[in-house]
Amino acid sequence: MKKTSNRQTWYYAAVIVISYAVVTILLKGNLLNRQYTSLLVPIAVNIMLAVSLNLVTGFLGELTLGHAGFMSIGAYTGALISLNLGKTEVLPAPAAFALALLCGGLMAALFGFLIGVPVLRLRGDYLAIVTLAFGEIIKSVINSMEITNGARGLSKIPLYSNYTNYTVVFIIMVLTVLAITNLMNSRDGRAIMSIRDNDIAAESIGIKISHFKVKAFVFSAFFAGVAGVLYAHNVGLLKPGTFDYNKSIEILVIVVLGGMGSIRGSVIAAVILTVLPELLRGTDNLRMLLYAIVLIAMMIFNNSKIKEGLMMNRTFRKLGKKEA
Amino acid sequence: MLTSIMEQLINGLRTGSIYALIALGYTMVYGIAKMINFAHGDIIMVGAYTLYIGIALLHLPVIPAMVLTAAVCSVLGMLIEKIAYKPLRKAPPLAVLITAIGMSYFLQSVALLIFSSTPIPFKSVINLNAVQIGTVNISGITIVTLAVTTVIMICLTLFINKTKAGSAMRAVSEDRGAAELMGINVNRTISMTFAIGSALAAVAGILYICQYQSLRPTLGALPGIKAFVAAVLGGIGSVPGAMLGGIVLGLIESLSKAYISTELADAIVFGVLVIVLLVRPSGLLGKKKLVKV
Repeated sequence: MKKTSNRQTWYYAAVIVISYAVVTILLKGNLLNRQYTSLLVPIAVNIMLAVSLNLVTGFLGELTLGHAGFMSIGAYTGALISLNLGKTEVLPAPAAFALALLCGGLMAALFGFLIGVPVLRLRGDYLAIVTLAFGEIIKSVINSMEITNGARGLSKIPLYSNYTNYTVVFIIMVLTVLAITNLMNSRDGRAIMSIRDNDIAAESIGIKISHFKVKAFVFSAFFAGVAGVLYAHNVGLLKPGTFDYNKSIEILVIVVLGGMGSIRGSVIAAVILTVLPELLRGTDNLRMLLYAIVLIAMMIFNNSKIKEGLMMNRTFRKLGKKEA
Repeated sequence: MLTSIMEQLINGLRTGSIYALIALGYTMVYGIAKMINFAHGDIIMVGAYTLYIGIALLHLPVIPAMVLTAAVCSVLGMLIEKIAYKPLRKAPPLAVLITAIGMSYFLQSVALLIFSSTPIPFKSVINLNAVQIGTVNISGITIVTLAVTTVIMICLTLFINKTKAGSAMRAVSEDRGAAELMGINVNRTISMTFAIGSALAAVAGILYICQYQSLRPTLGALPGIKAFVAAVLGGIGSVPGAMLGGIVLGLIESLSKAYISTELADAIVFGVLVIVLLVRPSGLLGKKKLVKV
């Protein structure tokens, strides 16, 4: 057991180093045109969003449709901090950005907690709807507040995390993925998964369901908030309309395509679903259709006889074991 | 002052009865299939576009166009159930929920591909003169909306309580397995429920579009979600609850738009949902469900 986990650690370390090296070579060698360079940070942001949503949807087994809401809280908090502290040079830029990241994440986590405590008493359909409602409430509150500049949004946010600072973004992204992977491999992670598989059984062996539900929710919100801060400092302007229901669905599509409960899957799907729409430029309407078909087809396939048949097939079972 | 309050109340009643029509669809489907049909809101949109095609492009008279709309929506509702939901009857609820969201997204994006996102202006097909009662002015469309909703609700209540098909629906929603053993065709009953629910959504779509007079692919999303809030408020699974919830929600929305803030009205409506779920998760008229270990 220990040996394999050791080997896995090396494997992951290698993947991280190689992917960083590839990005560096591509950037320094000017091998990417501007369109693709501008995709680097969105890929990282989407990976973080997908992995953090996976924590709740994949591992805890509860559907939330307000993930974009947490992202927007993080984005606005971070942007306001760097607009008020970094730009006026109260703090040097790196310190302001670090503070923005931390506060953005914490603020989102705080909201995750405030929303999570009452809401996680609900299950399934109700939880989905309430989180959707919260996403909309957050949007309309941001829309009507003075400090967030209402519907006009915030602009001229310093670009601390655009592609020239890709190292920072890369490190934060890797840390996020590692943190969530570690959480899921810990005792807490197993408790969270046991709630998904059978909450009554989990409760009967002494796992505090609400405690772990809220925990998963808060962590998920925290990382969504951090992703939001990165987003804000990459794009430079924020509008409440960016973080709507469609954004939440987009993240959900990534998680579903990658496989619910698979962190590696989320990462790969995030890369694919960020790059693919760029390749298919000009077909923006088709992208939505594609998302819809992915959602329906994946669900029907997952619960169909075809998959059951494949799983029964010996060669496929071997493949599956190797992967796991 | 009094006049303005009266006018707001009537506005609320009109919006509320549209919500109630949509909420009925949610509640009936939930009662029978134990799932939230997220695509329900988008059937309103399909209804609105069908009416537009019937009247503006095919130049049909008003009544046949409306019948066509209801028929198209019913068939669509049944098709959605057959293609997307039926294979998942035994699947975990999360899978069904994600499929339903996918379906809603699918309908929106197909509409986007066909009609593009620019709003299409559409003149109301219901032209009645406004009525003046005292100092209160009631528009023609309001009268039609209220009348249509009342008639539909009475018919639906009679249908569910007095006919054989209606009792089959109640039986399936009570206990699907037992209903099947009693010789009820469960598949047909579920199809019928989807058809009726979607036809109600079509009516709601017609009334909605006559009021707002502009077509967008996303027009069904917001009323859909609000109607869901109404269904939960009244107690999901309960038919009278959906009617009551819709009207209460319409009144809340209209009053908060008028006297609190237009921008925050949506937030208030969703706030109501949160409070209801926390205080009384079974809704105003819903049955309380016990979870046994």
